Amino acid sequence: MTSETTTTTTTGVAEATPAAPASQMIGGGSSVIGRIPWTLIVFLVACSVPWIGGRYNTFLAEQIAIDALFAVSLNLLLGTTGLVSFGHVAYFGVGAYVCGILMKTYNVPFILAFPAAGLGAALFALVSGYFCVRLIKLYFAMLTLAFSQIIWAIAYKWNDVTGGDQGLPEIPFPSFDWLNHVPWLGDLKTSDQFYLLTVLLIAISLAIIHRIVRSPFGRVLTTIRDNPERAAFIGVNVKLYQLAAFVVAGTFAGFAGALYGLFSRGVFADYVFWSKSAEVMIMTILGGMDYFWGPPIGAFALVWLNQEITDYTQYWPFFLGAILLVLLFGFPGGILGGVDMLWQRLRRARRA
Amino acid sequence: MLEVRGLNKSFSGFRAVSDVDLTVETGQIAAVIGPNGAGKSTLFNLITGHLRPDTGSVRLDGRDITGAAPHRIVRMGVGRSFQRTNIFAKLTVFENLQAAFLVHRGRGRDFWSRAAALYRDDTERLLASIGLVDQRDTVAGTLSYGNQKQLELGLALASDPALLLLDEPTAGMSATETHDTIRLIERIAGERSLTLLFTEHDMDVVFQIAQKIAVLHQGRVIADGAPEEVRADPEVRRVYLGEH
Ligand SMILES: Nc1ncnc2c1ncn2[C@@H]1O[C@H](COP(=O)(O)OP(=O)(O)OP(=O)(O)O)[C@@H](O)[C@H]1O
Ligand SMILES: [Mg+2]
Repeated sequence: MTSETTTTTTTGVAEATPAAPASQMIGGGSSVIGRIPWTLIVFLVACSVPWIGGRYNTFLAEQIAIDALFAVSLNLLLGTTGLVSFGHVAYFGVGAYVCGILMKTYNVPFILAFPAAGLGAALFALVSGYFCVRLIKLYFAMLTLAFSQIIWAIAYKWNDVTGGDQGLPEIPFPSFDWLNHVPWLGDLKTSDQFYLLTVLLIAISLAIIHRIVRSPFGRVLTTIRDNPERAAFIGVNVKLYQLAAFVVAGTFAGFAGALYGLFSRGVFADYVFWSKSAEVMIMTILGGMDYFWGPPIGAFALVWLNQEITDYTQYWPFFLGAILLVLLFGFPGGILGGVDMLWQRLRRARRA
Repeated sequence: MLEVRGLNKSFSGFRAVSDVDLTVETGQIAAVIGPNGAGKSTLFNLITGHLRPDTGSVRLDGRDITGAAPHRIVRMGVGRSFQRTNIFAKLTVFENLQAAFLVHRGRGRDFWSRAAALYRDDTERLLASIGLVDQRDTVAGTLSYGNQKQLELGLALASDPALLLLDEPTAGMSATETHDTIRLIERIAGERSLTLLFTEHDMDVVFQIAQKIAVLHQGRVIADGAPEEVRADPEVRRVYLGEH
């Protein structure tokens, strides 16, 4: 499925513009659109939501931000390395539980619990990834799924530590007392202060991942995505790099999970159920996995859609399925792939 | 330079390569020829670590490399191209070659620099050398077949090999393309004093540039020597050259 989708997109984009790789196209170059600092604007808008958006929109924005990081971390595997993981929620879950357990059970401050969540997820990714990268394609995907179900089973059954089916409710927010005397920020509700912290941590995480994707390491991952056989014959130790990608992706999924546990004031076994892995994969493909900003856009679209049809909650899986169908047959490049194609057409029309 | 001894490989009982001995001297241009299914590609795959031999040994400059992982063999100075072209389809031509340089120079572990800014000069020079300057920003998957073969040659050259294995470098090319490609290969092999081992169906090409030819038939070497010897060999004439 994935490889077919990918090929279609590339050819489409490539035919239109032999000039630059797809990932750098939209609004690129000298156009007005290309010169607007989009990331800064999005960041500032996100930061202002507690003041201009009210409680409910802040809630939605936080959900979107966390899902965006989760989806971008998955895309490091899917879009960058060409690894289809069906169990990415495992690392999200490990992060959520590590942070939650440390903060609730052991009263560890957030400033330590948060990095620990990333570290915990990284370690689990190292161990599970060691086995997963030995397999290819469907077998790889199945093994990632198996590991995520193991995490789910542990979360569900290990009452003493994870709270079992009761989960870990009422995880305390980090302490923001030190903000009390800061103008603007001191007057906010704790949940809004935590929202701002979330946005900041996610912005930093995304900036780091962006840098990694553009680094030599990231370039090597794209050679593995395109052609693992050939990658080996330019001297790449394919399995080692796949494992490294797996660990990096797991780490950032762990950060996303840690934030999610605090955001929703509790960690429950549901969070690590395998259907979450499917959901984040749909976000990634919906937004466009050939683009760095595809997964965040997919997260935005899916969260927004979900709350639009929230009155018909029982139909959500139906909508999800319908979206997937439309995507696979109509827009294999996702939202950004579609926008990109439209953009290229407009430019050619203007030039002609 | 390359010494293959008693190499065997079976695929579920079928012996694709059987008791093959082959030596290539440093600086030599050697060809392996044989009819379809003779085992030429399989032999290349065994030498480069893509397949593991059942028995036998492969030595490179006296070092045993039998069954070593491909990325290790590449790092020991062996480059190769594939019969069915193998490139990085979603990257541009420039990015393809740049990636090969990054890996060869050991920068793959660098998580922080901007890849696009590295080894630009080396990449430009290699682009010029393989004649793909005009296509530098084309997405590799959309290149013509002949250009993809050129790019593949470039990928192999970026890791600065001492021994280069080319599996049918002109397969599927027109007569002019074939001619140009062979010129290109000859020139580069000369400039870099490469040792070259290639397979080819076009006998004109083979006898034009090979200094030594091994003939493979049903997995076995039936003749091995200078072009004139091989051309005169009665068995070779019977099983192979007769067909052409
Ligand atoms: N992976 C494989 N599994 C099973 N059989 C294989 C495999 N690879 C090659 N063979 C068989 O081994 C024999 C030799 O194949 P090989 O590709 O080495 O021939 P060749 O000399 O390169 O032929 P051609 O000139 O068509 O490229 C063929 O009969 C082929 O079907
Ligand atoms: Mg062959």
